[in-house]
Amino acid sequence: MQQLTNEIRAIARKLLREKKVEVVIGFERGSMPLRSRPCFIRKEEEVNRLFWDGFCENALAVYLPKRKERAAIVAKGCDSRAVVELIKEKQVQRDRVILIGVPCRGMVDRSRIESSAAPRRILEMREIEDTLILRGTDFEETLKRSEFLHESCKTCTHPNPVLHDVLVSEWLEEKNEDPFADIQTFDALTAEERWDYLNKEVDKCIRCYACRNACPLCYCPECFVDASLPQWIGKSIDSSDTMIFHLMRAYHLAGRCVSCGACERACPVGVDIRKLNRKLVKDVKDLFGYEAGLNLEQTSPLATFRPDDTESFIVNP
Amino acid sequence: MIPGGYGLPPSSKILKKDRLPSFLERLLEERIVFAPVRRGEVILIREIHAPSEVVLEYENAKESPKSIFFPEREPLFRYRTEKGKVEVDIPPGRERSRVVFGIRPCDARGLLLLDKVLGGEYRDPYYFDKRAETLVVSLACDHPNPSCFCLSMGGGPCSPEGSDLLLLDLSDGYLAEAVSERGAALLEDPAFEKSDEESLAVAKKIKRESEVSMKPVAMKENLEEHLERVFDDPVWKDLTETCLGCGICTYLCPTCYCFDLCDEAAGSSGERIRVWDSCQFPLFTQQASGLNPRPTAKERFRQRIMHKFSYLPKSQAMLGCVGCGRCVTECPVNLDIREVVKSLSGGNGG
Repeated sequence: MQQLTNEIRAIARKLLREKKVEVVIGFERGSMPLRSRPCFIRKEEEVNRLFWDGFCENALAVYLPKRKERAAIVAKGCDSRAVVELIKEKQVQRDRVILIGVPCRGMVDRSRIESSAAPRRILEMREIEDTLILRGTDFEETLKRSEFLHESCKTCTHPNPVLHDVLVSEWLEEKNEDPFADIQTFDALTAEERWDYLNKEVDKCIRCYACRNACPLCYCPECFVDASLPQWIGKSIDSSDTMIFHLMRAYHLAGRCVSCGACERACPVGVDIRKLNRKLVKDVKDLFGYEAGLNLEQTSPLATFRPDDTESFIVNP
Repeated sequence: MIPGGYGLPPSSKILKKDRLPSFLERLLEERIVFAPVRRGEVILIREIHAPSEVVLEYENAKESPKSIFFPEREPLFRYRTEKGKVEVDIPPGRERSRVVFGIRPCDARGLLLLDKVLGGEYRDPYYFDKRAETLVVSLACDHPNPSCFCLSMGGGPCSPEGSDLLLLDLSDGYLAEAVSERGAALLEDPAFEKSDEESLAVAKKIKRESEVSMKPVAMKENLEEHLERVFDDPVWKDLTETCLGCGICTYLCPTCYCFDLCDEAAGSSGERIRVWDSCQFPLFTQQASGLNPRPTAKERFRQRIMHKFSYLPKSQAMLGCVGCGRCVTECPVNLDIREVVKSLSGGNGG
C-alpha cells in the first residue's frame, strides 16, 4: 500500500509542479480506523496527504462535473468508467481531466470488518498485501482482505482503469466469470416476490438522498424529486413515494450506471439499491450488448435512435 | 433531577438481568414499548411486542430515537373542501402511554434540546403530546465508541439528563437510578431489588472509567462568539469541499429538527403533513425568485455548524450537538464534525 501511496504522491507532485492541473482529487487518511476519504490537493507541499489503501471507496468522479479547475483524479476501474460516461455525456471535457489510474483489488467493507471484530473495538488497522491486521486495546487479529470486499467489488469485472493518462502499479488480471448470479436469482423469483423484496428494502429508506448524491452519474441540475412545479412525487417516506424515487432513479441510470456501488456504500440504512441498478445493467447488456463507460467511442444505447431498430420490446413485449 | 447520578437509596435499585423480561412484560401490559431491536445488520429503536426482541448489548442505534417524538412523516390534519366550506380533522392524541427503553444517554439528552426548541412560546402540540406520555429509560455507556464525544458536548456516557430512569450495566444486573418522579415510580416494580453499597461503588468506578476513555474534542471557549467572527473565513470552503450534500448527518442526528410542511391532496381533500427536511439540501433555502442564499455545500454545511455551535447556544443555552457520533460514522466522505470544530477553534481568521 505504501508503494502505491508513494507513486500517487509523486505523480501528483509532478502534475502540480508542472502546472498540468490545478487540483488533484484523491484520497487521504480518514479520522478513524478503516476510513479513507476524498481530499483535494492544490499545493505541492500538501501532496503527502494523499494516501491509498483498501478503504478508498468513494467514487471521486462525483466531484468532476461543473468543476472549473483543470483536475487530476485518482481513478480505480469503476471511477475511470464513470469519467468515460461523464465525458460522453459532455459533463467533463477530456482535455481538462487527467486520470491517475490505479488498478484496484477491490475495496474493503468496513462494516463487515467491524462486525467480525465486535464487540471488540478496532483502534488501528494496517494493510499488507492481502492481509488486514487489526489492533484493539486487548487484541490483535489478522484477516484476509479479499474476504471482506464490498458487494460491488466482488462482482467487478473491470478492476483496471479503462481510461488513464498515468498508471500507478501494475495491471491486474480481469475476471471473466459471470457477475450476475445474484440477478439471476432475483429474476427467478415471481413478480410478487420481487415486489415484496423491493418493498422491504425501500421501507428502510429515510430519503436522505445519499445514494443519489454519491453517484457520479446523478448530476441533474434539478432532480425530479426536488421539482416543486410540478411536484412529481411526495416528500415523505410514504412507501409509494420512496419506491418511485428508487425506481425512477434506477431507470434514469439504465445504460449509464457503471456499477461502482457508491450508492449502496453511502446508504446509511443498508437499502439494497444495487439490485435495481444491476438488474438494468444486465438488461442493457443482454438487449444491446452494451456496458457503460468502457470506451469513449461506443454510443449509449438509450441515447441512440436507429430506424432499423426492431423494437421487439414494443411489438412483442 | 438528581445531579451527579448514583445517589443514595432509594433513588437507585438493582434490576437483575434474569428479571428484565418480567419487567418488560409488565411494561408491555400498560404501555407501548420502544426498544433497541436488530433489523438485519443494524440496531434500530422500534416498537416491541415481546421482551425477547430487545437487544441491549449494542453500541448505539443506527437512527436516533427522535422519530418516536418527531416522526419523519406526521399528519397534522386532514381537510375536505366542499362548496366553499372547509372541514378539518385533527388526528387524536395518544391513547396509550409509551416508554422508550434502552436508548443511550446522548439521545435522551438530545430530547432536552428538542423540548426547548419545540416548546417555548409556540409549543408544538404534536411533539409534546408524544413527549408528555412517554417515559425514557436509558442505558448508560460503559464502553463509549471512538466516534463518541458526548462528554465534550456537556453530557456524558452515564449522564442522566433527559431520562426518567438510567440503567447501568453491572454485568449480572443493572443499577437503575431514578432521575424523575416518573422514573422513581417505575422502581416500584417487583423486578427491582434494593441496591447495596458495593454495587454503587462498582457503578461509580464504571462511570469514571467510561468518561476517562473518551477523547476530548478541542473546542474554543466562547465558540459561539468565535464562529460569528469566522463566518466569512475561507476555511469553510476547505472544510466542506468533500461534502456530497446528502441528508445523512441531519436525518440521523438526535437534535436536528428542521421540517417542511406539504399537502398531499387528491381533488378537494387531502392531508397536511410535516416531513423532515435538511439544511444540507439546496431546496431548503431555494426561493421562488430563483435565488438561493445558500447556494453551495459551503454555506449549507456552515449553517449546520453555526446552528449547533453558535445560534442554539445563544438562543437556548445549549449546544445543538450531543456528541452521539452518528454523523461521524455515517458520513459517506468521513466529514468529521469534531475535526471541523477543532479546525474552527484553531483561530483561523478569528
